[in-house]
Amino acid sequence: MENANLKLHYNVDKKDFINAGEASSSVKKVLRKLGVNPECIRNLAIAMYEAEINMVIHANGGTIDVDISPECIHVVLSDSGPGIPDIQRAMQEGYSTAGDNVRELGFGAGMGLPNIKKYSDDLKITSEIGVGTTVEIKVNIPS
Amino acid sequence: MLVKDIAEKLQAEIVNPGHHLNREIKGCYIGDLLSWVMSNAQEDDIWITIMSNVNVVAVATLTDVACVLLCENVDPDDNCLKRANEQGISILKTKLTAYEAAVKIGNLL
Repeated sequence: MENANLKLHYNVDKKDFINAGEASSSVKKVLRKLGVNPECIRNLAIAMYEAEINMVIHANGGTIDVDISPECIHVVLSDSGPGIPDIQRAMQEGYSTAGDNVRELGFGAGMGLPNIKKYSDDLKITSEIGVGTTVEIKVNIPS
Repeated sequence: MLVKDIAEKLQAEIVNPGHHLNREIKGCYIGDLLSWVMSNAQEDDIWITIMSNVNVVAVATLTDVACVLLCENVDPDDNCLKRANEQGISILKTKLTAYEAAVKIGNLL
């Protein structure tokens, strides 16, 4: 089918900083093969990597579903982590709850969610304390 | 200037040759906070950092930098080296500070 969407699924392991970024790298490779506009690929790669890293840092991992259509790339990251108490605050540049061990690795600058917002065309975050968080990212592909 | 030529001019050690020694370097980015690097490093940059863990490889892959230059004699840790080898990321190492390296690179590009 010519216009069938391409769907990809990934599992992100908890606290696995060694493989963190694998899903984003894999999606990037797929988008390159599909010949998607490089700017879109860059934007999606940045946004998705930040979201993937957030899952590893804060949420004991989770799942990622990617849906690629000719019009856009839609990524849904779901976790069963602690949830985000104050999403508005979490969106502020420089605000981070990451521990020192994570900061030593070069993360925890408080730029994760701001970067996701900056590089996506649409961002939806739903979170419930003690239940988990779902982050939906959309990057449009110009026709 | 090519990655291998920069390495020679800086007298930098090639700690992982990767797939990019013959790639043209077009710019330079300096940073250790990975979110900033993700957001601001450009394709074909030489990325100067003192971060030496495995996540450097993921960021280098996703940003498409030409190579990573570890400054101040920082060694990549084992996971970083292993992953760089698997992913073909070129990593150089110099005893220079980020500033000293950037000044030299600025004169070479």
